[in-house]
Amino acid sequence: MSTVDAGQAVPGTEAEPAGETEPRPAPRPVPEAASEPAPGRTREPAPGTTAGSVTGRVPASAGVGTARAVGAPRAWLRLLGSELGLIFRRPRNLAMLAVLAAIPVLFGVALRTFGGPGEGEGPGIFGQVTGNGMFLAFASLFLLVQLLLPVVVAIVAGDAIAGEAGIGTLRYLLTAPAGRSRLLAVKYTGVAVFCLAAVGVVALAALLSGLVLFPVGPITLLSGGTIPFLDGLLRIGVVVLYVAAGMAALAAVALALSTLTEVSIGAIAGTVVIVIVAQVLGSLPQLAVIRPYLLTDWWDGFDAVLRDPVATGDLGRGLLVFAVYAVVFGSVAWARFTGKDITA
Amino acid sequence: MTAVTDAPGARDAERARDAAVPGPDDGEGFSIVTAGLTKRFRSGQVAVDSLDLAVPTGSVFGFLGPNGSGKTTTIRMLLGLVTPTAGSWRLLGTPMPGGMNGVLPRVGALVEGPAFYPYLSGEANLRRYDAADPSADPRTVAARIGLALERVGLASAAGKRYRAYSLGMRQRLAIAAALLGPRELLVLDEPTNGLDPQGTREVRALVREIAAEGTTVFVSSHLLAEVEQVCSHAAIMRAGRLIVQGTITELLGGEAMRIRVRTPDTVRAAAVLAALGLTEVRSDDEEVGAVLGTAAPERVCAALVADGVAVRGLVVQRPSLEDVFVGLTGEGFDVDG
Repeated sequence: MSTVDAGQAVPGTEAEPAGETEPRPAPRPVPEAASEPAPGRTREPAPGTTAGSVTGRVPASAGVGTARAVGAPRAWLRLLGSELGLIFRRPRNLAMLAVLAAIPVLFGVALRTFGGPGEGEGPGIFGQVTGNGMFLAFASLFLLVQLLLPVVVAIVAGDAIAGEAGIGTLRYLLTAPAGRSRLLAVKYTGVAVFCLAAVGVVALAALLSGLVLFPVGPITLLSGGTIPFLDGLLRIGVVVLYVAAGMAALAAVALALSTLTEVSIGAIAGTVVIVIVAQVLGSLPQLAVIRPYLLTDWWDGFDAVLRDPVATGDLGRGLLVFAVYAVVFGSVAWARFTGKDITA
Repeated sequence: MTAVTDAPGARDAERARDAAVPGPDDGEGFSIVTAGLTKRFRSGQVAVDSLDLAVPTGSVFGFLGPNGSGKTTTIRMLLGLVTPTAGSWRLLGTPMPGGMNGVLPRVGALVEGPAFYPYLSGEANLRRYDAADPSADPRTVAARIGLALERVGLASAAGKRYRAYSLGMRQRLAIAAALLGPRELLVLDEPTNGLDPQGTREVRALVREIAAEGTTVFVSSHLLAEVEQVCSHAAIMRAGRLIVQGTITELLGGEAMRIRVRTPDTVRAAAVLAALGLTEVRSDDEEVGAVLGTAAPERVCAALVADGVAVRGLVVQRPSLEDVFVGLTGEGFDVDG
């Protein structure tokens, strides 16, 4: 656009367009700043909104505090609902859940077709599958918890903050204002729910295909005893919660990394590298002393459920490690995120 | 990149002081007041340097500066996205950052371009942002989203995925997001980016409409001419510093009428203008400009022609914000600070 705002042009000599397409408005009267009190002035609310619904109508400091205090849990749940909607409507996440569901099916079909491992091959848990379909759930979780479930969790949790920063939505969430601590809490809760969903999907797909492909009946435990079918279902439920807790602990690590970067692939890759390094360290006999402190070493510790009585001490220690990781890395994420400059 | 000049000249400095609206300490009557607001990034770069801004309530305030002059960093600080290194500020009379969560629901913001979830529809995107506002009423969300989309002309594209939106539609959706509730202050960072001329006009009309409802509009832009048309007030930034602020009338008042001559013979034309007693003669590639003063333009033209200067165009120009900027800094506005 031309910056020339022609007042009077000498006729015939000016080639530029003489005026704007839009007439220039007359200079607005300058509002007298001093004579107009800001907080108390009345104004028509914008159409389509109920005046009472927004705290803006009342003087700032007085009404806002109480309104927020009353509505806080409901607003928190609304944001969590939005977050869960985002996680579970996202095509990428649905695709990953579908893959997680497909693997136990493939695993079951392979075991059915080619038979289980012979004596001394692989963990005993796999050998049980052909004898009892319910073991497919345990075996699938045992298999997937080594890498695939952690990778899926790392993708969703590593993306949680960094992904929003990367596409810029973080700045609009924070100016909404979502509140940094509140947003982080909602993000972690959402990711934890996804962990439970991912583990649950594996267990459910395994259970269903196990029921179809293999005989089902009372379960012979690793310790030799037998428990009824329903008791077995209950124990699968316990395993699902235990593995989900382990994945949620990993999610805290990924979330902490996610607050450090605006590139979600960085947080995701970082988390996966941590998992692999921890597994390598855990496999070295010379480093046996650090194994109890490694997150990865506790993920498949759920065979305690398949003993009679259930080895609750082992499960408890595992859950304690998960909780410590979640608290430590959750604190790191919080400390970082609440003080961070959002420049993306 | 040019060196920072700290002394814009005695006359200009004086005028800058006169034009500055003094912000009272309690922020009464002002939607935005900053005092010594400074941001020094970890790299050592000072993005914003001791900014004292006073945006009167009810004004349409143009926040101007070349790209990289610190406008967006200022807006990020005002909205709590970036923590200032020094200084204090108030939004809608409330000291920040303490009152941030109480005040931001009454502030609509468009910060550095649109940002949405590509796999969600326009409407679902607005719903997402509305859910993040703890004071927003979920019962009225559908009506408020419908109204906001209507105002920016996106009602028919509400169900379309954001991925399929054009640049202009994205910009409109971002403005709609800023209009989700009744706002007392609207912060619009480069609101016409990516819009075609028609869209730009619509945004200007929308800004006027919103301002007429009583909302203070704080609009940043690197397009001076665009802002001049809608704003009652303006502030100009350069290299992180506030050069001048005040009402548009105040800002333009100090600038004299200028004459601009388009000619290939810039040297000779400049000599003629100087000989006629015109001041502040400046030459560009194909143009010579000077303060007209009391000289009659037709006499200037005759003198140029008489001296054999090939006059291709001649225009008498009312002062513009660009002239204010050039007058204060001696530089073109498009130079990055």
